[in-house]
Amino acid sequence: MRLMRFVAAALCAAATLLTSASAFAASANIAVAANFTEPAKEIAALFKAKTGHELVLSFGASGQFYTQIKENAPFAILLSADDERPKKLVDEGLGVADSRFTYAIGKLVLWSKDPNTIKGEETLKANAFNKLSIANPAAAPYGAAAVETLKALKLYDTIQPKIVQGNTISQAFQFVDTGNAELGFVALSQLMPNAGGSRWLVPQSLYSEIRQDAVLLKASAGNEAATAFLTFLRSPEARAVIEKFGYALDPKSGT
Amino acid sequence: MNLHVSADIWQPVRLTLELAALTTVILMIVGTPIAWWLARSRAWWKEAVAALVAIPLVLPPTVLGFYLLVALGPSGPGGALASLWGARTLAFTFPGLVIGSVLFSMPFVVQPIRNAFEAMGEKPLEAAATLRASPWRAFWTIAVPLASPGFLTGAILGFAHTVGEFGVVLMIGGNIPGRTKVLSVAIFDYVETSQWAEASVLALGMVVFSFCVILTMMLIEKKMTRSAS
Repeated sequence: MRLMRFVAAALCAAATLLTSASAFAASANIAVAANFTEPAKEIAALFKAKTGHELVLSFGASGQFYTQIKENAPFAILLSADDERPKKLVDEGLGVADSRFTYAIGKLVLWSKDPNTIKGEETLKANAFNKLSIANPAAAPYGAAAVETLKALKLYDTIQPKIVQGNTISQAFQFVDTGNAELGFVALSQLMPNAGGSRWLVPQSLYSEIRQDAVLLKASAGNEAATAFLTFLRSPEARAVIEKFGYALDPKSGT
Repeated sequence: MNLHVSADIWQPVRLTLELAALTTVILMIVGTPIAWWLARSRAWWKEAVAALVAIPLVLPPTVLGFYLLVALGPSGPGGALASLWGARTLAFTFPGLVIGSVLFSMPFVVQPIRNAFEAMGEKPLEAAATLRASPWRAFWTIAVPLASPGFLTGAILGFAHTVGEFGVVLMIGGNIPGRTKVLSVAIFDYVETSQWAEASVLALGMVVFSFCVILTMMLIEKKMTRSAS
């Protein structure tokens, strides 16, 4: 009996704590494309300091999130690595139509940990490597951009047998980082701090612009934290962080 | 459900069966002496070895995948091995997957064989020794036939467990069709890209396969208890 009373008291205390915490701030689950991992963490911290709202970030492949959201995954916002999937979510009635905007424009980079490996596109033409790492083109837009680049250089058929795929751009990066692949196509944002090695910033003419769109999901249209975050993502403060990580910005999305 | 399934779903099935078959054969060869030693040894540190063999039962596959990614790479022993034939890493290769699978499915093979050897007891081998059979001959003519249900159970479990492996392969495979894209990863991919038809076919196949495995195991067990009594 004493145990029962203790459990009841504990439950009451927990409930009080939970309700008092949520009285001050809301929270929202955000699905974030893997390439945006670092900037998202930084922006979420700024956002929390400013508003007190708590964001719960999940990182993965855009394609995976799209599939999960179609199955009613409890995300309030999708920060995709493309504009295709957010568009589709709006068309399918899952996303809020006027909430969609381009929060960042991604840059593709060919990267190696070895300072002397990458000289530019001639490194790909020379083909003197065993493994080239990319993200899965079917699920991750940066992977699709990598394939586009290879095709534009007319090298896809020669290099194709050497391609290894990570499930996300994070895994593609990790294959190069552990030395299992000598080089790989990654997002410039992943190299920002100071990754060292050698790199070639792929010219925009070789792949279609990676327009990364955010969309609010209808099920959470009333979530205060989510709507506040989308507004914050357009603010100069957040855009400075996005730019710092090597993304370009769409001038139309700023506030 | 539309039944327009792309033909390339059979490649991962074939690759998975090859991987599971090869892994099972290697595990029978490697696992039998280990099981024999675990069943017969009196060493005080025997159970520590048994625990080490059994670790993959409780370890998240990602832990094994992470260590393997480092160990198979250029800075690990796998890279040194790969350099013998001019490669830099064993990750993203079929041999790399075999190494991962052998480690990962080891407990499923060793445990049933060890149990069978222990259940046999000392008597049959003592009898063989008094009849002047060499230990080697006693092992092959007495121990192996007596422990055959254990061998069968170990082989089935090892095979099935390799077929179902996902986390390790996802981390060291690199998703290369025909070389490292196994069944579980293919299903994951199809779901990720909303190809429900292909995912359904493979998933249903896995359910049927698993059911057959479990049923077979139960029938073997039933037969064993009947022959024991």
